Amino acid sequence: MSWLHMLVPSASQLAQMPAQLLIGLINGSFYAMLSLGLAVIFGLLNIVNFSHGAQYMMGAFVAYTLLNVLGVGYWPSLLLVPILVGIVGMLIERIFLRWIYRLDPLYGLLLTFGLTLIIEGLFRQGFNSSGVPYGMPPEFRGGINLGFIFLPYYRAWVIVASIIVCLGVWFLIERTRLGAYLRAATENPALVQAFGINVPRLITLTYGFGVALAAFAGVMAAPMQNVSPLMGSNIIIVVFAVVVIGGMGSILGSIVSGFLLGLVEGLTKVFYPEAASTAIFAIMAIVLLLKPAGLFGKAR
Amino acid sequence: MKQLPFLIMLAALLVAPFVVYPLFLANALCLALFACAFNLLAGYSGLLSFGHSAFLGTAGYITAYTTKSWGYPPELAILLGVAASSLLGALFGFLAIRRQGLYFAMVTLALAQMVYFVCLQAPFTGGENGIQPVPRGHLFGVIDLSPNMTMYYFALGIFLIGYGIIYRTIHSPYGRVLKAISENEPRAVSLGYRVDQYKLLAFVLSAGLSGLAGSTKVLVYQLGSLADVSFGTSGEVLLMVLIGGLGTVMGPVIGAFIVATMVNYLAQYGSWVTVIQGVIFVVCVLIFRRGVAGEAMALARRWRLRAGAVAKP
Amino acid sequence: MKIKALMATAVGIGLAVAFAPNGVFAQSNDGPVKIGVLSDMSGLYADLGGPGSVEAAKMAIEDIGGKVLGKPVEIVTGDHQNKPDVGANITRQWFDVDKVDAITDVPNSGVALAVNEVGREKNKIMLFSGPAASDLTGEKCSPTTAHWTYDTYALANGTGAAVVKSGGNTWFFLTADYAFGAALERDTTNVVKANGGTVVGSVRTPLNAPDFSSFLLQAQASKAKIIGLANAGGDTINSIKQASEFGITSSGQKLAGLLVFITDVNSIGLQTAQGLQLTEAFYWDQTDETRAFSKKFLERVKHQPSMVQAGVYSAVRHYLKAVEAVGSKDSAKVMAKMRETPINDFMTKNGKLREDGRVVRDMYLFEVKAPKDSKAPWDYYKQIQTIPGEQAFRPMDQGGCPLVKKG
Repeated sequence: MSWLHMLVPSASQLAQMPAQLLIGLINGSFYAMLSLGLAVIFGLLNIVNFSHGAQYMMGAFVAYTLLNVLGVGYWPSLLLVPILVGIVGMLIERIFLRWIYRLDPLYGLLLTFGLTLIIEGLFRQGFNSSGVPYGMPPEFRGGINLGFIFLPYYRAWVIVASIIVCLGVWFLIERTRLGAYLRAATENPALVQAFGINVPRLITLTYGFGVALAAFAGVMAAPMQNVSPLMGSNIIIVVFAVVVIGGMGSILGSIVSGFLLGLVEGLTKVFYPEAASTAIFAIMAIVLLLKPAGLFGKAR
Repeated sequence: MKQLPFLIMLAALLVAPFVVYPLFLANALCLALFACAFNLLAGYSGLLSFGHSAFLGTAGYITAYTTKSWGYPPELAILLGVAASSLLGALFGFLAIRRQGLYFAMVTLALAQMVYFVCLQAPFTGGENGIQPVPRGHLFGVIDLSPNMTMYYFALGIFLIGYGIIYRTIHSPYGRVLKAISENEPRAVSLGYRVDQYKLLAFVLSAGLSGLAGSTKVLVYQLGSLADVSFGTSGEVLLMVLIGGLGTVMGPVIGAFIVATMVNYLAQYGSWVTVIQGVIFVVCVLIFRRGVAGEAMALARRWRLRAGAVAKP
Repeated sequence: MKIKALMATAVGIGLAVAFAPNGVFAQSNDGPVKIGVLSDMSGLYADLGGPGSVEAAKMAIEDIGGKVLGKPVEIVTGDHQNKPDVGANITRQWFDVDKVDAITDVPNSGVALAVNEVGREKNKIMLFSGPAASDLTGEKCSPTTAHWTYDTYALANGTGAAVVKSGGNTWFFLTADYAFGAALERDTTNVVKANGGTVVGSVRTPLNAPDFSSFLLQAQASKAKIIGLANAGGDTINSIKQASEFGITSSGQKLAGLLVFITDVNSIGLQTAQGLQLTEAFYWDQTDETRAFSKKFLERVKHQPSMVQAGVYSAVRHYLKAVEAVGSKDSAKVMAKMRETPINDFMTKNGKLREDGRVVRDMYLFEVKAPKDSKAPWDYYKQIQTIPGEQAFRPMDQGGCPLVKKG
């Protein structure tokens, strides 16, 4: 009968609602940042980047290494790590991905899956699976009491930062000249090439940029979570479901569905925590029944 | 003459347990059947599933539970396992075939992850402890399956049945339509085929045969475990088929034996196994897309061409 | 062309056969004593057991003179990768092909339960140091199994009782949503109630969730004094880390880790973990003897030993001594000898191997030090109290082990 309390929320559950929604929004910001990166890469390369989770994990580990080996703190890491991991991403694109563009896109999924195994295996070898500590940056210790929740300063920062990043990327792609080239190259690479734009370089940069977004999310997660080689694989499958629900066609769609599903998941955790891990997949099944192309998707 | 190589394989499999540890071989046979079932979907229907562990594992749990807790005989427990995985396959297929290509892969992955969590939380699976010891029982009430050799030949029998079903399917008119759909779906639609029904049937068949492999595997090692429903298993079966050759009849069998041997031999190297598997994936995708069987066939064709050229100048 | 494919298969299988595990033809039964260290070499438990356990087993063999029954003791190692089927397969091959006599370590309860069944079937000795499941000496007990270092019951019991006695009498559980978490919650609930405390609620959390804050807020809303963490590994680390972030620990509620190891504390860092109370069977900095052992261990492995690794040493040494005393590798005789001899070594004082396979030994309640009190690497714990073995472990008649004669 445990599902009954879904229908009849208790007073304490209702009292917790605002706090839980806020928490959901924070988790949703990670889904949003990660599915955004996937959408950017998919848009131009037509590849579902399976190694996105591994690159997110790399972000957290590079931040850890910078802090503990070179003494580079959280703030510089926030900029440095995405650049470093983004460069690794560009190398991956140049060495591996560029050979498979003319093949069925499924090979891209397989290739990036293989790369995920390599990256995760190497990090497990180097750091072990149990994880390493990344302390909370001192300026973020503590929090603010909002009445309905004690909101750690860091979580507040996560929401703000992710919204800025998401909107920034949206603006970059939908409202700037560079974004226009990108969108054009997605539609008709040959034509854009004819206009004198170096499409292969554009592709490399785009992949690097998508990977950098994942790494940025990784740095953001490091102070909150156990930094372990498995942190990427735990989240990437959920993000895939988010992407199926939202459809990868639009940048805004992937951002909105990321936040939305964070909220839904947050509610599940209060009313029916047993389903917290399966709720998103169940929603995916329902969306597939009602609107197979996804909430914001174009059929392609 | 046409059946000669198959007879060679059969002969090898018949004598193998006298040379090699039989349970290792029995497990490899289960994996080979699993890979063949996966290949039926991926190689012949063009539907790449990333969630096939759900079928292997679910059937395994059903077989493990019914033999251990209800004392069912192995043949009935296996049938129930197959029924359960076929049913699950119908459900998965119904949802997943609404999308194609990449989305299909991601949908199967997500659904399988859901099954994983359900299995983890369900009381009857024992969580990460799994179900053990699963009794092997007496086949049809007479043949005691507990000796390893008997178990091996039982697994061989199951493998041959499954392999036969797949072979017949591929070479039936139904199999040719599947192939046509995977090569050019719009064309198949315009020819009047109900594409979705064909795909769904292929999905259910593949799921059921994967379940057959999973149920048998549970009896081999006498345990039902979470590892069988986990994502890693879905990845491994992909690797087997990719190494062996996607869309070849015998490729998956070769791939399964290679991967099983690799996992067994490299086990002591820990996470290097993962790295090596990743490298193989990358190599297969970049330069070895036809797999062992595919390359062998291509090589044979080239030889024959050259021989033909020499014969009639 | 299909023929060629079939040929290729035959060749492939032939190759696999050629490379597969060595033939079934093995040595006779009076070969040297062979010990298999089955562990997790690179996964979640690699720091806890893994290569360190292998080294601990080697140290035990060396300390006993390297020879038993006149022949050098041999050691084989395997990685179960936290998969029960892989573990069971390695074990079967070790027994059937390599003629291994005893298996030790086996962190990961699922693998241990699978391996335990193989041991029962083959009548071989299991010296479990790594796994947590108390079922190994309960319903699943086996005449040739010894569960050496700790179990879920002892840890939950030790921490639960101590915390209630020091005033933490209302509890809320964060429970990992699978069989293991439920068992941990159940065992601790019993202890809390037996000591006069109450449990005000619990929430089931999905395995490997990256975020526990929703659940922590529910725990906070419950106003319980103690938040019991009925989970393990990454889940425990994340709950502790996020409880500190949300100011839960600083606002007066306390965390009680029910299955926390020194390697987890190392992963969390003292800044976050300080004040956490937990139970272990061994800490490197307890006595002169433990320090002496740990110094030797540190030279070889480069980090301090965990209780699991120390337990491997203790178990292997006790086993080899029993084999020597009996003069045979016969499992039943050796087990009988191991039962009648008290266990005494650097980490164990008057330990006893019970009929159900449980080693009864003293356990210790520790508190994690604040960063300012930590003087050296791995200087993490302050010992709070010793829990005598009879109080720490589940009484034999409550485990449901069929081997225990009803009195």
